[in-house]
Amino acid sequence: MSEAAAAAKPLPVVPFLKIPEAGDPYLEGQKCGVCGAIFLGERSTCSSCGARDKLEAFRLANQGTLHVYSIVHRSFPGIDVPYVSAIVDLEGGGTVKGNLINIEPDPEKIQMGMPVEVVYQDALGRKDREGNSYLSYFFQPRG
Amino acid sequence: MSDVYVLGIDMIKFGRFPEKTVPQLGATAALMALDDAGLKIQQMEAVCCGNLGQAGGMVGQRVLQEIGQTGVPVVNCANACATGATAFREAWMSIKAGVYDLVLAVGVEQMGRGLLGGAGGGSGIPKEGLLGSGTMPAVFAEAGMEHSRKYGTSFEQFAKVSVKNHHHSTMNSKAMYQIETPLETVMNAEMIAYPNTKLMCSVNVDGAAAAVLASESKARELGLGRAVKVKASVLTSDPWQERDLVMPDVNSCTRLAAKAAYEMAGLGADDVDLVELHDCFATAEILHYENLGLCGDGEAGKLIDEGQTALGGRVPVNVSGGLLSKGHPLGATGIANIYEVSTHLRGEAGERQVENARIGMTHVIGLGSACAIHLLEKVN
Ligand SMILES: [Zn+2]
Repeated sequence: MSEAAAAAKPLPVVPFLKIPEAGDPYLEGQKCGVCGAIFLGERSTCSSCGARDKLEAFRLANQGTLHVYSIVHRSFPGIDVPYVSAIVDLEGGGTVKGNLINIEPDPEKIQMGMPVEVVYQDALGRKDREGNSYLSYFFQPRG
Repeated sequence: MSDVYVLGIDMIKFGRFPEKTVPQLGATAALMALDDAGLKIQQMEAVCCGNLGQAGGMVGQRVLQEIGQTGVPVVNCANACATGATAFREAWMSIKAGVYDLVLAVGVEQMGRGLLGGAGGGSGIPKEGLLGSGTMPAVFAEAGMEHSRKYGTSFEQFAKVSVKNHHHSTMNSKAMYQIETPLETVMNAEMIAYPNTKLMCSVNVDGAAAAVLASESKARELGLGRAVKVKASVLTSDPWQERDLVMPDVNSCTRLAAKAAYEMAGLGADDVDLVELHDCFATAEILHYENLGLCGDGEAGKLIDEGQTALGGRVPVNVSGGLLSKGHPLGATGIANIYEVSTHLRGEAGERQVENARIGMTHVIGLGSACAIHLLEKVN
């Protein structure tokens, strides 16, 4: 790892994870000003209604509910299993997929509809070829 | 516009043929379909070929290099798991348009082993297992869990799909497997992505299937003997849905296609005597019972519990063994399921024959997404 990479702050795991100079990281959505459809990541045209240049960035909530999940026991080589792949509906709109953590990977313990929150942590130690670290988002049960 | 008929159709036994090339597999099926029609390659006015793995490799032309380079137009199609059905539909459309009277459609695939799905390429770091899963078993597990969430569908009900389809394939010598898998075996098999165990995931196999399509005038001229009429051919893509950025939606495009197909054919779901649908995972079959209108919303669990979709039931589904046991060679699957339905309509399905079958439906979904539905009718 280069000195520069080691000293640099982590990079966002996806472009819609924003890491401001000051303040906490957050997820950013794009909302169509015509039909209200919500997207993740930059775009200029709404694929729901076709409106152009009507999308506005907004801060997605860190609270949501678990829509559905799967417990993944077999994955690609080098990927640790098991993990819970979760689809989460955020309060105020927006649906995000990610790992649900701090819960037993057991269907008896996971309730669809349960309240969850978005937490921001290092990307499981994964680094890119240049040795950069990444900040990722995860979901965990909310009290 | 002319009606379109299938005059000849066949598939190779699905399996693993590493010693063969993709064009060789496609050529074998093409010759079988031509023989079934009693026609020669020189009579084909165009060829539509579906293949995904070598989508840039001019597979259709290379099939003709194996069986007869007649100089006719060849179109190569790639449309994920709807690839074969798309090739069939391209052939159908060219006849509908009055451009040709006889067209050969071929679907072929040689598969690797292992998991399908995005490993999360692109820049940065791998996203699999970090931002959830993009593996196909997990994607379809999540789609199934949506049904569980709404209607309480159980792991056991999903598993019953696999028991049924494996049972069906014991009567199909062209299926990859002919093995009974009792419920406990299915449920206790290695868990891949809950609720899909290994026996609830389709089998990666090599395969090829082909069909000869004809205009009505040509079909009458050649004799309608064993012909099968194409009553509807529909292709849809995924309409916008609020979660579809993170959760591929296999339901909306299927519902859209089913509605259009029933309208085109002037038929309803009650008219359908058998269905070959896209059981890429056991969870998917449950969803499609409702998407195709075989039962009302929320009734799919009951349908599988009561055996209504088993051979001998009200509307047998995947009597071939389905993708779960016959196998799923992506580019061949769409024509192979048209072969299965045609075989029943011709009354030639032997031990697994659906009695008095007059109308059959085929359905495939390519994630991304493409849904193709065909409705077929017995002629004589
Ligand atoms: Zn819009």
